[in-house]
Amino acid sequence: MRLINLRPPSGAGRLLALLPFIFVALAYLVGSSVRLAANPSDKLLPAFASFADAINRMAFTTDTRTGDVLMWVDTVASLERLFAGLAIATLAAVVLGVAIGLVPYLRSLLGGFVAAFSMVPPLAILPILFITVGLGEAAKITLIAIGIAPPLVRDMALRVADIPRQQIVKAETLGASTWTIVLRLVLPQMLPRLLDSIRLQLGPAWLFLIAAEAIAAEAGLGYRIFLVRRYLAMDVILPYVAWITLLAFIMDVGLVALQRRAFPWFADARAS
Amino acid sequence: MSLISVRNVWKEYHDTVVLEQINLTIEPRAFVALVGPSGCGKTTFLKMLLSEERPTRGVIELEGKPISPEPTADRGVVFQRYSVFSHLTVLGNVLMGADLQAKTGAGRFFGRTFGRERAAAVEDARALISAVGLSHAEQKYPTQLSGGMQQRLALAQALMGKPKVLLLDEPFGALDAGIRADIHVLMRKLWNDRALTVVMVTHDLSEAFSLATRVIAFERRRNEPTDGGRYGATITKDYDVWPKRTPAALDAILSLSGRDDPQPAHATRRDDPAETGVAS
Ligand SMILES: Nc1ncnc2c1ncn2[C@@H]1O[C@H](COP(=O)(O)OP(=O)(O)OP(=O)(O)O)[C@@H](O)[C@H]1O
Ligand SMILES: [Mg+2]
Repeated sequence: MRLINLRPPSGAGRLLALLPFIFVALAYLVGSSVRLAANPSDKLLPAFASFADAINRMAFTTDTRTGDVLMWVDTVASLERLFAGLAIATLAAVVLGVAIGLVPYLRSLLGGFVAAFSMVPPLAILPILFITVGLGEAAKITLIAIGIAPPLVRDMALRVADIPRQQIVKAETLGASTWTIVLRLVLPQMLPRLLDSIRLQLGPAWLFLIAAEAIAAEAGLGYRIFLVRRYLAMDVILPYVAWITLLAFIMDVGLVALQRRAFPWFADARAS
Repeated sequence: MSLISVRNVWKEYHDTVVLEQINLTIEPRAFVALVGPSGCGKTTFLKMLLSEERPTRGVIELEGKPISPEPTADRGVVFQRYSVFSHLTVLGNVLMGADLQAKTGAGRFFGRTFGRERAAAVEDARALISAVGLSHAEQKYPTQLSGGMQQRLALAQALMGKPKVLLLDEPFGALDAGIRADIHVLMRKLWNDRALTVVMVTHDLSEAFSLATRVIAFERRRNEPTDGGRYGATITKDYDVWPKRTPAALDAILSLSGRDDPQPAHATRRDDPAETGVAS
């Protein structure tokens, strides 16, 4: 049979999915033990036991200096910034995206501006943010929002403009106004698609968050990673990176689940 | 007074004349079928009746007044595709006609009916859903329906908006012959029971003659390649279908089933294979 027609049975499929993870872990283990055998004080590839120590120290013990559990404090600080930035960008996507996609006058007014603005490299304006709104939370949240809002807005505008003309005309012939078309047709059809584009922007959102935290913060996952870098503390950095990845992955899975629960019609509608 | 009157309408795109000199009056309760070769401007004409396109010249009047320059609730429509809303169930789709014309202040703001208005709307919607044979599928989403069921839903949805005229652009063009025959029976019944005025574009001559009270053909009188778009299509034929289809003569009509009807039209409606025996 052709390769493209061979399907793994469901159990084997899951096992296959695990293989690359196991492979990376094994490769790390081998590399780590080789280096540690040559030089027991090597810091580059710590043994798993050192990770356990570091995780225990960071995530389950109160810090003697601050009295906080550092990883917990870092996680809360980072997630607050991330969610605030995502919320602002999502709101902008809904308002501007629908406006630009649906209303010709607003498209003429704002379409070009948003297209131009989205070309500004967000990290290049980080210094401007620090200068204008200070080193506090506002700068970090603004960076995330400014970084991911333009692609969200443009994606939303394109998708709204892609709604078949017949659907809009149909709503008009049923007596809808512009506002009720937005409320009863455009928004319900766009929200599940918005969840898709938020999923795609989660990666950039984390990127901007960590970049901002690396430069100026008192707490946060990115802040911690860049702080302990000075001591080459790979035993802390790698668990933090894994933790960030896990958080991002959970958010992605959560958005998929939300989409499926809240918009049961969407999976079929997208396929057709 | 005639319901629709089209006076000396021309439609040009850039320097191409698509339609020229269209003159037409349509009486209330007429069922007009528009036929003609592909690309002659049938859809364009229907779009002008709908105000989705504007005539380059001429006027279109509804009940003696020029039609609104944008689509409004006095003209209902069913397209070949994309007529129903994929995010709403069958009931939700049909309710849209009432929701979007809600009379209370909150209802107008939210595009929804509430309270007693809602209850009345649900009752009307259920009656329409049952009339098109979808009662058993009330809570299904359009993607879970067959093509024929989707078009029947689209009819019910359009009728819920209480339009003065129903505009159909090849509404059954994508359906299998058998399902199309069923929906013809339904269409004729709706036309009779609900006192509709219908303008339907179709490719299918037998469909035109088996459903309509009047068949109008659009054609280009001159169609030389060298004309370069200087001549458009116009009405070349206008038949009243005989025997005359009036609501009073319904029984006579129904017993004279079209040649593609699978069974006498006054027998109970046949549904799509998936739903046989379930329809209420
Ligand atoms: N927006 C447009 N711009 C330019 N030309 C157009 C436009 N819309 C339609 N036309 C032209 O007008 C003519 C009539 O098109 P129309 O869609 O009305 O034909 P039709 O009779 O509905 O054809 P069919 O039976 O294939 O559906 C075609 O030659 C088409 O190319
Ligand atoms: Mg057409």
